[in-house]
Amino acid sequence: MRAYLNGNEAVATAVRLARAEVVAAYPITPQSTIVEKIAEYIADGSMAADYIRVESEHAALAACYGAAVTGTRVFTATSSQGLAYMFEMLHYVSGCRVPLVMAVTNRGLAAPWTIWADHQDAIACRDTGWIQLYVETAQEALDTCLQAYKIAAHPEVLTPVMVCLDGYVLSHTEEIVDVPDQEAVDVFLPPYRPEYAVDPARPIVFGIGAGPELYPAFKHYQHQAMLRAREIIEDVDREFAALFGRSYGGLVDPYYCDGAEVVLVLMGATAGTAREVVDDLRRRGEQVGLLRLRSFRPFPVAALRSVLAGTKVVAVLDRDCSFGYEGVLATEIKAALQGANVPGTPEVAGFTGGLGGSDIRPEDLAGIFRRCLEAVRRRDRGESPAVSGGCSENGKAEGINLWLS
Amino acid sequence: MVKLKELPGNELVQGSYACAGCGGILAVRMALKVLGPETVIVTTPSCLLGVTTFYPQLAFKVPCVNVTFPSTAAAISGVVAGLRRRGKSGVKVVGLAGDGGTVDIGLQALSGAIERGDNFIFICYDNEAYMNTGVQRSGSTPPGARTTTTPVGRAGRGEDRPKKDMLAIVAAHNIPYAATASIGYPQDYLTKVQKAMETEGPAYVQVLAPCPPGWGYSSHLTVKLARLAVQTGQWPLAEYEGGRLTVKEVANPRPLNEYLALQARFAHLLASK
Repeated sequence: MRAYLNGNEAVATAVRLARAEVVAAYPITPQSTIVEKIAEYIADGSMAADYIRVESEHAALAACYGAAVTGTRVFTATSSQGLAYMFEMLHYVSGCRVPLVMAVTNRGLAAPWTIWADHQDAIACRDTGWIQLYVETAQEALDTCLQAYKIAAHPEVLTPVMVCLDGYVLSHTEEIVDVPDQEAVDVFLPPYRPEYAVDPARPIVFGIGAGPELYPAFKHYQHQAMLRAREIIEDVDREFAALFGRSYGGLVDPYYCDGAEVVLVLMGATAGTAREVVDDLRRRGEQVGLLRLRSFRPFPVAALRSVLAGTKVVAVLDRDCSFGYEGVLATEIKAALQGANVPGTPEVAGFTGGLGGSDIRPEDLAGIFRRCLEAVRRRDRGESPAVSGGCSENGKAEGINLWLS
Repeated sequence: MVKLKELPGNELVQGSYACAGCGGILAVRMALKVLGPETVIVTTPSCLLGVTTFYPQLAFKVPCVNVTFPSTAAAISGVVAGLRRRGKSGVKVVGLAGDGGTVDIGLQALSGAIERGDNFIFICYDNEAYMNTGVQRSGSTPPGARTTTTPVGRAGRGEDRPKKDMLAIVAAHNIPYAATASIGYPQDYLTKVQKAMETEGPAYVQVLAPCPPGWGYSSHLTVKLARLAVQTGQWPLAEYEGGRLTVKEVANPRPLNEYLALQARFAHLLASK
């Protein structure tokens, strides 16, 4: 069925189709309309679930954790300050290997207070042990939530998943979305019945303590599971494609990267703008491409290396900043390519922009490509190839909204 | 009224690392005899977690869900909802937290869970300070008590604020049942646990659980102090039921000195000038 849905409605639809049984959430802009929609589904009888009206985000995740260990499929959603407030619980859930799914409608963090999109909230949770998948469209938000339940609960993964969608640009913008049939989703996602659950007939402790002799083993297993998730994410995407006819490439989503001299790497809805810019530059004969990173954790090192190895300059656009250094994604791409240890490793130019909802316009992305292509020309002439100069086509030197790290 | 002689002999918590004379583990051990095996415990980082759930020495013979310090009652709501979805509504969900995990960092979550009316029992074992981290004061520390964050010196005279009135706080939520108890009066305590268990909706029991290292007394005095606290009027045995508060009268109160003199935490109050 085709429906006109925004990103948040698409997420709520996925949660209904996944037959989530317990939902606990606390309101925060721009996430709130997800859980409002779910509350409507429960009220009109189209979804059989308990909705726990908690008093904070910290409690939301604690309640989801409590419900999940009883062996129920659960859901929560948050943004920004709410995600920051959950930080302590994030580690508990992942360390306990509870396969929760949470939507994060990405929004910047205060101060200054903001309600608009960037990725700082989720990026700041990089090392909490959660899988992070970033989506480009409302359709992908719906499909990725369904995939997320399958990935998280895979016996070799057992790791929670954040489905990250840009605030407003995705969360509040309608598009035509193909809503799968319930019967097909039921085939893809059978009921969640984990091997270990709260049961007085078989007493188990969830959330044990562990001394120095055992703690590292638990963390090592957690790490191995996250690494294994790289294959499972790809498998699940293929399985989804076979059933529903849509695929997102699993870990990375390359666009015109074959033979490209310059590839722009980014995450989220900005990819939509970037595709237009790549199309335009390609028409003008420029060898440029786009690599949309879908899985930020686990980090798809091998996939990135294989796509980026032949390029001359890799531009990275971060909607986040590790203050005092650079955009986080830029650092990670540099490290991934450095580790490849192949001759002709491309130069990586990190740009930070789109913070707190500031627009990333086609001309901004064109400006990034122009500067990188100029560096390629300098390299071809045997000159110093470093990417430099102004960001925007309109001649602004170092833009306040978009800067070279 | 619970009959102590009729309580089951088998233990549902056994082999813990608790200190000799620990009032907290005694409170939990006794309560589980009334609650029985169809129980799920929800608890947080505390002495209790430290002494019962360090892998691989797991002391509970009932399921136990550990969660972050502020979250006991929030996780309880999740467990209650999950068990309902799984068709296991008959399983009792019991929160266990110390005084810090109840009256301080756990208060917001407890308020939320009581307000939601979830069916659970919350037992606060009150040893009147943060014992697990080394005897720092909590909102439940009595006035005058020396702790590591209310030291006694030229300018300091121990804790300078009254104990938080937690019973009044839960009563203000219109909770169906709430009580205070002492491990020194097991029949009274366990009868209150039984009533909490039979209550439809949230129920709260705050049980005094003396702590030998934290209070500074010899471990064989735990029960004696738990009784003296009541007999000297320091720990009222109260019940809030059907909107009415009743407090057990102490017929012949004993001098406060008898209670204070046995504990190092109050020594400065009694020292001669």
